[in-house]
Amino acid sequence: MVEKKFDSLTDLHNILTRETTEKMVVARVIAEEIGTIAPAPMHTGTGRTRQDNPEPLVHPGAARRSLAARASRSDSVFKGVSFTAGATTVGIMLAVGLFLTLRASDALQVAGINFLLEQQWSPETHQFGIAAVIFGTFSIAIIAMCVGVPLAVGTALLLSEVVRGPLRSFLVSLVDLMAAVPSVVYGLWGLFFLQAAVIPVSAWISTYFSFIPAFAVEDGTGARLTEASAFTSSAFIAGIVVGLMVVPTQTSVMREAFSQAPIGEREAAFALGSTRWGMIRTVVLPFGRGGMIGGIMLGLGRALGETIAVYLIISPIFTINWEVLKTGTNSVSALIALRYGEASQFGLSALMAAGLVLFLITLAINFTASSIVARSRSGAETS
Amino acid sequence: MTTATVTTATATATAVTVTGERAAPAAPEARPTSVPNRTGIEVGPKRRLRESTLDEKFNVLGALVAGPTVTTLLFGWFTPLTGPIGWVVVSFVLFIAFYSLLVSLRSDREEVKDRITTVLLISAGVVLFGALVFVVIYTVGRGTIALPHLNFFTQTMQFAGPLDGLDVGGIAHAIVGTLIQISIALAITIPLGITTAVFLNEVGGRFARFVRTISDAMTALPSIVAGLFVYAAIIQLITHQRSGFAAALAIAVMMLPIIIRASDVVLRLVPGNLREASYALGSTRWRTVWGVVLPTARSGLVTAVILGTARGIGETSPVLLTSGITAVMNLNPFSGPMISLPLQVFDFVKSPEPNIIARGFGTAAVLILLVLLLFVVARLIGGKGPGQLSDRQRRRVAGQSADDARRMNRTPAASPAAPLAAQPTGTPAPANPEETSQ
Repeated sequence: MVEKKFDSLTDLHNILTRETTEKMVVARVIAEEIGTIAPAPMHTGTGRTRQDNPEPLVHPGAARRSLAARASRSDSVFKGVSFTAGATTVGIMLAVGLFLTLRASDALQVAGINFLLEQQWSPETHQFGIAAVIFGTFSIAIIAMCVGVPLAVGTALLLSEVVRGPLRSFLVSLVDLMAAVPSVVYGLWGLFFLQAAVIPVSAWISTYFSFIPAFAVEDGTGARLTEASAFTSSAFIAGIVVGLMVVPTQTSVMREAFSQAPIGEREAAFALGSTRWGMIRTVVLPFGRGGMIGGIMLGLGRALGETIAVYLIISPIFTINWEVLKTGTNSVSALIALRYGEASQFGLSALMAAGLVLFLITLAINFTASSIVARSRSGAETS
Repeated sequence: MTTATVTTATATATAVTVTGERAAPAAPEARPTSVPNRTGIEVGPKRRLRESTLDEKFNVLGALVAGPTVTTLLFGWFTPLTGPIGWVVVSFVLFIAFYSLLVSLRSDREEVKDRITTVLLISAGVVLFGALVFVVIYTVGRGTIALPHLNFFTQTMQFAGPLDGLDVGGIAHAIVGTLIQISIALAITIPLGITTAVFLNEVGGRFARFVRTISDAMTALPSIVAGLFVYAAIIQLITHQRSGFAAALAIAVMMLPIIIRASDVVLRLVPGNLREASYALGSTRWRTVWGVVLPTARSGLVTAVILGTARGIGETSPVLLTSGITAVMNLNPFSGPMISLPLQVFDFVKSPEPNIIARGFGTAAVLILLVLLLFVVARLIGGKGPGQLSDRQRRRVAGQSADDARRMNRTPAASPAAPLAAQPTGTPAPANPEETSQ
């Protein structure tokens, strides 16, 4: 017989409901709030345990009741309506996917594997492929990442570690606002302001770093071009604009992850004498690594799908252009915006195929990103 | 969370009082809490822990002056860069160099690293926010050429040629088109999106997880592909003409996942014990959602919808494929092309005429001001978490519960269950525990 004193009702409750194999005999419970609970009805020898006799002893004749209530009519209507809404959402999504796949299959059957290898785009002569546009899309997106990622990481750390008080919440909502600025406005800015300002920088890079093939700007014969017109409408300029556009997405994901770094570990780092940067390097960055990678990939997905800003800035070509500073590049979304109007049924099917490939790429990137975020330490503590 | 803490706190409080009474006879020597005597103890002025020393301030100031001046001195002679961006880049690099030199005069290596990274973080923020502010100001600034003309808001481009001055023609048709399209898109997405979010949170189950995955996947849909889908599936197969309705459908496809995810997050923040309290009072699931969950999350849901609207208004590429370009006012969304603001910007700036480009910037300024307005409204409404009430709401809730109390006191003869049953039909008064905790 154990006579045990419990500090509070919660304590008692925890002990009684603990999942355990160990049988604890409770003979007399003393809880401060309720005084002494009368001794449990004794069975011979063992006393009453939780596992022995879960049934209440008071109503021996009562029939066993089902605890699952039948849903009322309003409930079943509610359930039906909300289920329908969810099903409609899924239906829209599947309709988009299925329709794209069905319509794209015409073009894909004609082109076969060449669809991924061919650079030209003339569906009328059945000479079409997305090698050039996919290359352009990725070159723009990679430049966007080079511009955007340092800015996003820096700003996210600034917002989570350096700035405090009302200024921080103001800047956080400014980042959200930045995500809501229409892409056509960024496109205008890139076309009318940034292009002129960036061309000297492009020229400088191509002059001094032309030994790196990607930075060289040459004409067909290999002679170096220096005049300003060789640098307009390049992947570099489009990449800078797209980079600025995706920074807000990346920043908010990263800030979310960074700000959840456990306060105990931060204080431990400070107590060991580290500076703020030391604390960030040893606590915040390792903790938020998953959020950082996830944020970068989410931004990459958005950069790949960006249309209007790219369309306004680039001059479309259908060859693979390694020289990112040189005029002329292309992207899948710009291709669709450019050609949808003049397309025949077969041409439309080819555009659908291009759109489908783009969609599959962004889908894969998004899912990878969200699974990385969910598996990371910071993401696991969020949900 | 807060409510839970409050309950435990009260439980502990009662426990303490009970313990006190109970323990009193056992331990009679327990002394009352003594307040320390504070007279005669001098308290100095409060020290500010976050202040930087004069030395640190002058390090930044000196580097800030030295970087740009040296750049100006050297620019054109030693540095081969030209243009304003080159100047900024060079002076930034020089600023960092000077700053690290100044800091390293007095500090050790770790501190130099700390200072430099702090400066780098701040400059990343300055570049980003500077770029945002600059984009907005540049657009609005160039738009001011067209904005003062009142006809810009009242006329259409029907009778304005490309060479006409800014006192002829305007974007009334684009403003109307935007309003019609976004209204249709909202009429589709608000019921569908919020009901789906309610389904994800309140019903749950395996299918709900599948729906959540699918709506996550939907956010990856590039906007141009959504436009292409509507173009090929609706315009080419069914209506055979571009229309405002098709554009609204394309916008709705883009807005739906945004609204679902934002509402999902908001509904998840509704404290679970409010739901459980409602169920415990015997209300059905539907009454709980309608009477407790949705009112508690109202401000957050409004914010989600407004932010989705701000995104939807700015969508250009799906509209480009589906709405068609026109210069005339079209009030019927089901027939004929209907232009919207972003598409009008896109159409204007492709022209080489300076007047048309000025109109393009004016339209972009209108668009950005509209987004800004929506955003400010969203922040004003959504600044509060679920269950936090404004003063007026709090007075109303207090008034209602006073009414309830009066009614319960007036009919004491009725069965004791009646006042309890009456309570859930009144205001759920969700925020009361939250308020006490704050």
